[in-house]
Amino acid sequence: MRRFVLGLTLMFATAGVMAAEANAAVYGAESFMLANGMQVVLIPNHRAPVVRHMVWYRIGAADETPGKSGIAHFLEHLMFKGTPKYPGGAINDIVAKNGGDQNAFTSQDYTGYYQNIAVDRLPLMMDIEADRMRNLVLDKKEVDTEREVIIEERRMSTDNVPSALLFERLNAGLWMTNHYSVPIIGWEAEMHGLTREDAFNVYHAAYAPHNAILVVAGDITMDKLKPLAEKYYGAIPKSGDYKPRARSTFLDPRAETRVVLRDERVSQPEWMREIIAPSYNVGDRTDVHALELFAEMIGGGSTAKLYRTLVIEQKVVASFGASYDADAISYGTFYLSMTPSPGVTPEQAEEAFTKAMDATLKDGITDADVVQAKRRMLAGLAFAKDSPMSAARAVGAALAVGETLEDIENWPDEIGKVTTEQVRSAARKLFTQYSWATGVLLPPAARAAAPGRPAAGGAKP
Amino acid sequence: MIAFIRTSVCAVGLLLAAMVPALAITVKEVKSPGGITAYLAEDHATPIIAITFGFRGGSALDPAAKLGLSGLATSLLDEGAGDLDSFAFQSELQDRAITLRFGDERDMIRGNLLTTTPNASKALELMHLALTKPRFDAEPVERIRRQIQVGIASNQEDPSYIARRTLMEAIFAGHPYARDDDGTQATIAAITTDDLRAWVKRTFARDRLLVSASGDITPADLGKAIDQLFGELPATTGINVALPQVTPPAKGKTIRVEKPLSQSIVYMAQKGILRNDPDWYIEIVDDYIFGGGSFSSRLMNEVREKRGLAYSVASAVSPFDYGSYMLGYVGTRSDQAETSIAIMRDEWKKMRDEGPTQKELDDAKQYLTGAWPLRFTSTGSIADILLSVQKDKLGLDYIDKRNSLIESVTLADAKRVAKRLYDPEGLTVVVVGAAPKAPPAKR
Repeated sequence: MRRFVLGLTLMFATAGVMAAEANAAVYGAESFMLANGMQVVLIPNHRAPVVRHMVWYRIGAADETPGKSGIAHFLEHLMFKGTPKYPGGAINDIVAKNGGDQNAFTSQDYTGYYQNIAVDRLPLMMDIEADRMRNLVLDKKEVDTEREVIIEERRMSTDNVPSALLFERLNAGLWMTNHYSVPIIGWEAEMHGLTREDAFNVYHAAYAPHNAILVVAGDITMDKLKPLAEKYYGAIPKSGDYKPRARSTFLDPRAETRVVLRDERVSQPEWMREIIAPSYNVGDRTDVHALELFAEMIGGGSTAKLYRTLVIEQKVVASFGASYDADAISYGTFYLSMTPSPGVTPEQAEEAFTKAMDATLKDGITDADVVQAKRRMLAGLAFAKDSPMSAARAVGAALAVGETLEDIENWPDEIGKVTTEQVRSAARKLFTQYSWATGVLLPPAARAAAPGRPAAGGAKP
Repeated sequence: MIAFIRTSVCAVGLLLAAMVPALAITVKEVKSPGGITAYLAEDHATPIIAITFGFRGGSALDPAAKLGLSGLATSLLDEGAGDLDSFAFQSELQDRAITLRFGDERDMIRGNLLTTTPNASKALELMHLALTKPRFDAEPVERIRRQIQVGIASNQEDPSYIARRTLMEAIFAGHPYARDDDGTQATIAAITTDDLRAWVKRTFARDRLLVSASGDITPADLGKAIDQLFGELPATTGINVALPQVTPPAKGKTIRVEKPLSQSIVYMAQKGILRNDPDWYIEIVDDYIFGGGSFSSRLMNEVREKRGLAYSVASAVSPFDYGSYMLGYVGTRSDQAETSIAIMRDEWKKMRDEGPTQKELDDAKQYLTGAWPLRFTSTGSIADILLSVQKDKLGLDYIDKRNSLIESVTLADAKRVAKRLYDPEGLTVVVVGAAPKAPPAKR
């Protein structure tokens, strides 16, 4: 089976994996709370003498003040600029000198920092991470230079990638008054105006122990981790009363949004749809598990229902994917994507999809389908524990959007309990009660008339 | 305060070599009853087994008129085999969460099997069928062919793809490494079922085979497993997998591909170093200092940290089996592309003329030795590393020995190899983006 990594397919594809990984019974995670309100989580894995050390803050792009889009992510970059104790490039240098890999990431709902490193260096990493939770120093010139870096990041990940531009526009249309309508990287016009003070406003409000989660995965026991966590993170005084902003749960009047992007950098049409959906925090949790099964059933692989109909039987599309992301503080998102076969227009592909989906929703979901989807989603659970790196990421993300370890642990049981009728009902609600946005990516009109051009046409100097 | 920190960090450094904890990974050589050799890292902590294997000779051997044959064939091996059609075969895999994957590289056809222990016997049975009795039924052949063709079409306007392609065509002109091994619309269309069957016959032979495994399996069980998988393959197919040696041009040039982009993509490359070169470990250290070390390299400091000209800038050492290149990459705002290229050229020259400093060398060795255990964090990654150890003939004790190879690099070595390898005049530079409007800005 060919697995193409087209920009959006990759993004869509992760949701199902994350769901399957998020299982504490399999992780054997342990947790306790420091007196200052910081949660500490351990996921033991003793294969190699290394750990992943992560600190998650319950703040993301959706917490930004209007007009300051991109500031959560900008602050994430600026967190590497140093403190009085670790000045200048010291954080990068020290982590590297100690054989550590590090990075950070920002989502709509959280911001995270991590190092992968030999377990005996964990105290040093904790000292650095605890220090920069409170003592960040920002020099104006460094801020000005780093602003150029994030604008280059935007150019690389969005402006240079037509499917990403389409996705950005699609999100804006779909989420409208919800904060998820604003891109994490920021609107370029607003990014130019982000200042040192803007970054400090977010930092001083939200970077505090009670708003943070420590996740350590790897070759250490709670007996050893607990005193370290108390020494480095427990020493930070409780500060402020920041509460992650309550996300809007208002649903804008139901409508279908359609975005068509013609771009001369496109040589293959794409079709995508995003549907607002329940999440672990909004809506009925039974529907969430039902929709996880529904996504697996229709688009989880080459034997899935709609993949078979559209790709194998009707051959109207070369690929079809469905995935569902319920790890969100506001609503979740259900994703559908198709790459039309040569000679087929996105409109024709959409018509075939709509027909097949209508038939599925009407009477196409059987007990056998649900049993099979459950079996497949649960069969891979043993792999969740295999790598401490992916385990830490999956558990941290779930906790950062408000789930508990117990929720994560109960996931296989909850999946097991879903009935066929619940899958039918959740799937029908998805298509009748929520808004969606449909995106079509096309080559320029002139070029679209001549599909299947010989390869390498654009590559000659 | 600063002095104090420097001292304490330095102390950590000096002790580092002794303090890097030993990896609890023991590699054994397993000889199957049928005479096939494999490397094994046995570990029963998690009920997971990974088997990685490779057949020497890869897509570089595809005939020009059927370019992409290896890619199409490897994509079809799990689309039906023996009595199981595509649907039945894929259902077996998905119901048991078995990962069975083939892939084509220029110099090797690679296979991966990842399974939980309870499903191991089914996983081996399916992999055996895929290797020996692939069906190549019309439906999956046409479906995968269509997917590859759509993928090729998607790539055509992608700036990174265009830059990579243009670079490879320039530095490996006339050699199979210059080709896009995905193929073209025409070559993919030309591949027949007979071609696919012939590909299987000439590719899967025991004299081209390398096998490694890790996880929840004993040497005795692995011996049985590899006989089951590979025992009935022919001993040899008599195919010579060697390619002519190729070297990127000694004198570089700049190639511009104009595209309306606010960020230009720049790839630059020169003659590189083969994996079996005695200076390999020295160059690994030099490259880390130059541009390989993500946040701490010279390129990162000069282009991103000091000037904000890019988000992504890096270098890499990229060896094939019969030719090699050293690569520089930057994605940089189009109106400053010439400035970024000039800075990178300057750094290239500085590396050649002055080499690293003692401090850079010490820091690099500390990172590279300290980060070695991070590569061993999943069952699949361990099996993959063992396959490289076998392919490059590094020896059973390589995992323990590797850090001492890095440790032994001296400043004189690092400077000598920098002078030998870094060649700014030899850089072939490809720029995909808007044409330059003004001469390079003064820095």
